[in-house]
Amino acid sequence: MKNKLNLIGLGLILPVLLITIWEAAARFGLIESYLLPAPSTVVVSVVEMAQDGSLWTHVSITLYRVGAGFLIGTAAALLIGAAVGYFKQAERLLDPILQAFRSIPSLAWVPLFLLWMGIGEPSKVTLIAVGVFFPVYLNIVSGIQGVDRKLIEVGKVYNFNSLQLVRRIILPASLPSFLVGIRSGLGLGWMFVVAAELLGASEGLGYLLVLGQNTSSPELIIASIILFAGLGKGTDSLLKGIESRSLRWQDNLQNAK
Amino acid sequence: MLSKEVNDLLTVKKASKLFKDGAAGFKDITFTVQKGEIIGILGTSGCGKSTLLRVLSGLDQSDSGTIHLGGEGQRGAGVIFQEPRLMPWLSVEDNVLFGFKNPSKYRSQAAHYLSLVGLSEFSRALPRDLSGGMAQRTAIARALAAKPSVLLLDEPFSALDAFTKMQLQDLLLDIWQEEKTTMVMVTHDIDEALHVCDRILVMSGQPGEIAAEIKISQPKPRSRSDLTLTAHKEKIFSILQDSNAGLQKYSVR
Ligand SMILES: Nc1ncnc2c1ncn2[C@@H]1O[C@H](COP(=O)(O)OP(=O)(O)OP(=O)(O)O)[C@@H](O)[C@H]1O
Ligand SMILES: [Mg+2]
Repeated sequence: MKNKLNLIGLGLILPVLLITIWEAAARFGLIESYLLPAPSTVVVSVVEMAQDGSLWTHVSITLYRVGAGFLIGTAAALLIGAAVGYFKQAERLLDPILQAFRSIPSLAWVPLFLLWMGIGEPSKVTLIAVGVFFPVYLNIVSGIQGVDRKLIEVGKVYNFNSLQLVRRIILPASLPSFLVGIRSGLGLGWMFVVAAELLGASEGLGYLLVLGQNTSSPELIIASIILFAGLGKGTDSLLKGIESRSLRWQDNLQNAK
Repeated sequence: MLSKEVNDLLTVKKASKLFKDGAAGFKDITFTVQKGEIIGILGTSGCGKSTLLRVLSGLDQSDSGTIHLGGEGQRGAGVIFQEPRLMPWLSVEDNVLFGFKNPSKYRSQAAHYLSLVGLSEFSRALPRDLSGGMAQRTAIARALAAKPSVLLLDEPFSALDAFTKMQLQDLLLDIWQEEKTTMVMVTHDIDEALHVCDRILVMSGQPGEIAAEIKISQPKPRSRSDLTLTAHKEKIFSILQDSNAGLQKYSVR
């Protein structure tokens, strides 16, 4: 316990030092406030937005976009990845074309999605879903293909059918790799929501970035960056919690106290 | 004659399975196993013992010949592999009940087999917390819980230290006393076969064939220092050595 506190304390030294220097530099006019406002100014602008309620609007719409895109992308990846990982024929059919699509930088889809679906929510959610899809898909496929054949044989001895093999051996055995996939998928989801909101939105944290640039208010930009960081870290910790809870059975370094 | 056939549980007739254009596997294997019998299969490395056991278990198909597994109902063979092959995400108890469709209904059955293998206190433990011997005992309980008509074992104790190995051999005999389980056990260990088995099939050659069949009539449990067993041991040893010598000549040429 004491050790853990020490660890956190050590990690806090640099950020605290940096913020202090930054605040001091801004106060003494060493940096121009129209380029980099003091941390206190940033905090004030966040508090103001929280008070007039606009903060919640921006945060919730961004969370909604990431959440929806993440769920759709993960669900699609789970279905297709399970089929490709398990059935040789599905792999031969689907994997080449998916690999080809994967080599398209996902942001290149933006104009096409805007053309097809307009500037509203569907195009943004689709873009995020595409971004989430690939890491999840790749990890599921490699997870399933990496399941120990010896464990599958145990199921075969009990005359399990394909569905039972998948449900009782293959899915639990590939869970670790699936969870790695959805964590990196979520990371990409956050990246793509910024892109989607930069390119056309009237609400959302990404919109705050644009607004801050257009109205020359750097404190908005920095506030938005910090909120992105906090939300990204928070949702990742959530997944990490789920991961360590559902993978308690793993025999690895992390579980060796 | 009639009663003998009724007792035949497993009948293998001229079964063959060949790999590498007929240079590996086994061929023309014929034997029967009676209810409650423990059969040992000994043989040099690579003579197709594991392949034979996989065919008996239904994991692989034979190329030719017939294999008939009798016994009541649809219960098939249970298999104990060289490694425990436990599901790492399941507790010991859930591993024991792995073959069941809804395990929660069979807790008492799991408890029975766990106490049989002496692991009652570990029912909630995870496989990563078990020693090699405990993991293998869990695998034994798992195989027994499904009440197979025949238990197939492929070098089940070869990865264990000498003392644990002897303990588990005696455990297997205790289980046999209690449940009269029919078993076919592949092993490298002549002493193990002599201690546990009623009949030993010695395989040799590549592809492997049955070179000898040795009946051990001493009642179980046997003393490990029984002198009549020593005579059997020498005989088996010379058969294995002959086949090995033949092999070496073959591979030098
Ligand atoms: N699926 C396979 N494809 C090709 N060759 C195989 C296959 N399975 C086994 N063999 C070959 O068949 C031979 C017999 O293998 P098997 O594992 O049955 O031997 P074994 O008697 O169990 O040997 P050991 O005592 O070392 O376990 C080996 O030469 C092996 O290489
Ligand atoms: Mg073998």
